[in-house]
Amino acid sequence: MHDLILEVVNRLLLPFIQLFGMYILFHGHLSPGGGFSGGAVIGASLILYSLTFRFAKVKHRMDHDTSVFFEAAGALIYVGIGFVGLFFGYNYLTNRGVFPLGVPGQLWSSGMILVITLALGAKVSGTILSLFQELLEGGSDEHGTP
Amino acid sequence: MKKVLPVLVLAAIGVLLVLTVAEMPTFGDSYAPAHRGVMDKYLQDSAVDTGAINTIAAIILDYRAYDTLGEATVLFVAVLAVTAALHGGGHHA
Repeated sequence: MHDLILEVVNRLLLPFIQLFGMYILFHGHLSPGGGFSGGAVIGASLILYSLTFRFAKVKHRMDHDTSVFFEAAGALIYVGIGFVGLFFGYNYLTNRGVFPLGVPGQLWSSGMILVITLALGAKVSGTILSLFQELLEGGSDEHGTP
Repeated sequence: MKKVLPVLVLAAIGVLLVLTVAEMPTFGDSYAPAHRGVMDKYLQDSAVDTGAINTIAAIILDYRAYDTLGEATVLFVAVLAVTAALHGGGHHA
């Protein structure tokens, strides 16, 4: 189905939705928000993009392998950053003493928390999008035609 | 006959959970562990300990980061289960 109004409005709205999601991610340690909510906003914007434009057309831009890659990379960064604490002789997932904390209240502060927030955002958005894509193409046969 | 062992294991887990609930402090108990200093420590020291002025982020991503790693694992297992249920069956697995 080709809907001009839906496509134009979506094309106008999509950058702002994703910018708002990035804002929630990057300010997770300063204001309400964080990895889960910011990742949900970004993942929902990608689902909206997939629903508005034809799924087959979107596929070459954000296919299933890419969303799975983002999800696995987010989980790997989270697990890996915990081992940095072990390397310096602290407990697993130690922040203070291992990472530079910066000045509280500024954007580049809080050491590990900001990195984990970004990793969680990539992971949650990848999870939502890959679940959507799995359910869309997984029910059909191997050719993946929804 | 094969279902006897899972039922026994589930019953044992259920007994453990009910016993744990019976040990929990009653509602509004001022001697509950949550009301004996941990709240004050989070509110007073979180900015110095973690560098984050959002106390919630300081709790879930620093003091309890290991717990949040478990939450992220739940999402991972959810995707794994959907993939296994939709693609794992029989012929072309």
